[in-house]
Amino acid sequence: MVNAGDMNGSGNLMDFLDEPFPDVGTYEDFHTIDWLREKSRDTDRHRKITSRSKESIWEFIKSLLDAWSGWVVMLLIGLKAGTLAGVIDLAVDWMTDLKEGVCLSAFWYSHEQCCWTSNETTFDDRDKCPQWQKWSELLVGQSEGASAYILNYFLYIMWALCFAFLAVSLVRVFAPYACGSGIPEIKTILSGFIIRGYLGKWTLLIKTVTLVLVVSSGLSLGKEGPLVHVACCCGNFFSSLFSKYSKNEGKRREVLSAAAAAGVSVAFGAPIGGVLFSLEEVSYYFPLKTLWRSFFAALVAAFTLRSINPFGNSRLVLFYVEYHTPWYMAELFPFILLGVFGGLWGTLFIRCNIAWCRRRKTTRLGKYPVLEVIAVTAITAIIAYPNPYTRRSTSELISELFNDCGALESSQLCDYINDPNMTRPVDDIPDRPAGPGVYTAMWQLALALVFKIVITIFTFGMKIPSGLFIPSMAVGAIAGRMVGIGVEQLAYHHHDWIIFRKWCRPGADCVTPGLYAMVGAAACLGGVTRMTVSLVVIMFELTGGLEYIVPLMAAAVTSKWVADAFGKEGIYEAHIHLNGYPFLDVKDEFTHRTLATDVMRPRRGEAPLSVLTQDSMTVEDVETLIKETDYNGFPVVVSKDSERLIGFAQRRELILAIKNARQRQDGVVSNSIVYFTEDPPELPPNSPHPLKLRRILNLSPFTVTDHTPMETVVDIFRKLGLRQCLVTRSGRLLGIITKKDVLRHMAQMANQDPESIMFN
Amino acid sequence: MAARCGAWALLCPLLALAALAGLGAAAKNSEDVRCKCICPPYKDHLGQIYNKNISQKDCDCLHVVEPMPVPGPDVEAYCLRCECKYEERSSVTIKVTIIIYLSILGLLLLYMVYLTLAEPILKRRLFGHSQLIQSDEDIGDHQPFANAHDVLARSRSRANVLNKVEYAQQRWKLQVQEQRKSVFDRHVVLS
Repeated sequence: MVNAGDMNGSGNLMDFLDEPFPDVGTYEDFHTIDWLREKSRDTDRHRKITSRSKESIWEFIKSLLDAWSGWVVMLLIGLKAGTLAGVIDLAVDWMTDLKEGVCLSAFWYSHEQCCWTSNETTFDDRDKCPQWQKWSELLVGQSEGASAYILNYFLYIMWALCFAFLAVSLVRVFAPYACGSGIPEIKTILSGFIIRGYLGKWTLLIKTVTLVLVVSSGLSLGKEGPLVHVACCCGNFFSSLFSKYSKNEGKRREVLSAAAAAGVSVAFGAPIGGVLFSLEEVSYYFPLKTLWRSFFAALVAAFTLRSINPFGNSRLVLFYVEYHTPWYMAELFPFILLGVFGGLWGTLFIRCNIAWCRRRKTTRLGKYPVLEVIAVTAITAIIAYPNPYTRRSTSELISELFNDCGALESSQLCDYINDPNMTRPVDDIPDRPAGPGVYTAMWQLALALVFKIVITIFTFGMKIPSGLFIPSMAVGAIAGRMVGIGVEQLAYHHHDWIIFRKWCRPGADCVTPGLYAMVGAAACLGGVTRMTVSLVVIMFELTGGLEYIVPLMAAAVTSKWVADAFGKEGIYEAHIHLNGYPFLDVKDEFTHRTLATDVMRPRRGEAPLSVLTQDSMTVEDVETLIKETDYNGFPVVVSKDSERLIGFAQRRELILAIKNARQRQDGVVSNSIVYFTEDPPELPPNSPHPLKLRRILNLSPFTVTDHTPMETVVDIFRKLGLRQCLVTRSGRLLGIITKKDVLRHMAQMANQDPESIMFN
Repeated sequence: MAARCGAWALLCPLLALAALAGLGAAAKNSEDVRCKCICPPYKDHLGQIYNKNISQKDCDCLHVVEPMPVPGPDVEAYCLRCECKYEERSSVTIKVTIIIYLSILGLLLLYMVYLTLAEPILKRRLFGHSQLIQSDEDIGDHQPFANAHDVLARSRSRANVLNKVEYAQQRWKLQVQEQRKSVFDRHVVLS
């Protein structure tokens, strides 16, 4: 965000309509910020405020307000993120049910809300009530039979297509940056990259509105990743209200890290997990001050969401479970198997999805984004409707799979053969043999598993907001539940085997298939995103019990090991590489023995380095140099003979300073000498007025010698967030290493395509 | 201007929901609170669901299940298998949220229809302005503001409100066009 301009000087209300004047010290789009300069500017500002605060009471109050502005921003972000998440949840709830029917008494109620006050619900048909009617009932008056089924099927597909088409049109017309998950781009932005408009107001509005539409359309995607993007947009919006954050790109990124934590917190109802997710996955620099503020923002967001109460029972997430049945050591073996499955699925998904996204990027498939969305939605709706497990929304599916089967469940998955004389209380039902409903459910779930695995590969990455967490958890939950039911029946029918004899007596409640579903969900999510601590914390905040930490950790660790054996990148790093963002990952290790001379430019045989001299170039020379090359900056040396380094000047600031000087200063013409020293050089009389550009010169550029190992250079770039580094030998300037060169070199060393690094 | 409209469209639901969440918490609709007891089949009685509007401390089987289907000595065994839950919702919040969401969606759709269909037709009739939108040539590589400088530099003289609004809108359109090129055409960002 740039400062509001004062071009007219009128200062009236319409000033915000004027073009903001690009200031010296702001950055261009698709460039990297200078972390050190931002940090030093913030220190200057703070020192100025502190020194002024002793002057008067008003200044003291202003300094207090400045110190507290950080907390105010966090509070506002938490409130807004919680509110938006509540709105999204309520709207998704309603619109998902709109595909199947409508509530006649009040059209804004979803199915469950519509039947809330009704007295006609029975034990077997808990969902039926006369106020809610399916479309076939409403249109033709029939609710059973083949024609009703076909009409419902047809209308389901039509609604899904309508929602998806609206979503992709809105994205295309108003905010093209609102598509995708958002997490790879936010990772890059937090590492110092600038993408103007990515966190803007229109992107926020469109992302919120279209997220509801695409989740309701039944596509195989989730809303967690886009919620992180939405929360970061809120963070950007509020930080632009305070000059402490709006003028300093480094401080702004601290606010964005905290906003990302608030986003995950409302998505999962897990404040601590949200902070850890921001620390582990999204942020680049995470100072301790940000940790405390992120936690505050996440808590405020979770509290706001809870007070809106979207799910009617004071829970934050649809699939919060509360059972505390114990697990046994022997069950670690199926849990580890689920971890292996999660790792394998993660690898498969990443490879296939990246291949498909690359095809979309390079071939004609990418020219028809709207048609692609409509085709995928049609295929998803057509295949999903017949299977009752894919017809409902994925969150409800996960909720049902996580739930334990008590005596009161009426779903098909809980159709066990009950002992009619049993008088046990509700939550201590022993293991029972499976009834026919369970067998039907098993093969339906198997079909759902295959379908979800295949369709998510094509859905993630389309030009609509799409998240990845819920589909991965669904795949894992289905696999886990199937394994759990298998182990349960094995334990029931063969309770005299050695492994079961010790811990599973007949008549005891040994195996909880719901726990297997949770472990499977954690394994698959870990296999795709390669999250470690944050995953376990999110899952145990979802379940509310510390008993299940060991199985969750076992599965998460196994899935990460198995997935890392095939490839080091998670899905977000893979998308960053696909797009060629200049992201220097802190997790990559550089272990090669190259030196700085091998990487620096100019190489042997290339044109010599373009430099500016201290006081012997004219304005015209400088302008020609700028026009002929497209480098982002130029080193300044004493003279062409002795190439001793003075400093470094940025291209953008040179352009602005020269333009300013030509317009404003008298006597500056093309022949004027440009000087970077403190005093003007000796000039013959009658020469034009020289131009002093010392204020835009960075007098402390980072330098390394030519024999510095690249390991150290990469470390310096990572830790300090540099954009370029100069290479000297015995004080003389030899060359320059930019971040792009470092990334290309690393890609080359890892045998990837170095030409895929696109940005500076 | 368009950016500010977006900002207000975001702030309004925030304010409305905050107000209503407060109101909803204060004035609980009597229909929004219930205690739901689910009782499974027992002996020869079928399973049943009982709803009653009752306070949270009275939410248990004995208060809610009326009339009790089993005779005296069996009541305890029957109630042991029932599960009672206290639930509340805010119907006002749901109503307001859905209506606000639908109105925002409707406004966006209308604006989209206007931008894609109506505006080009109107502009073609008013001849002079057409040069601004139909400049479809390649604007420039990475700098969304570069062309806007030229566009605005052309008519800096006329500084009344309507022209300012129009030029702000043009600037926004240029930005979106640039974004669309990066994302949809050149596949540079967000593949």
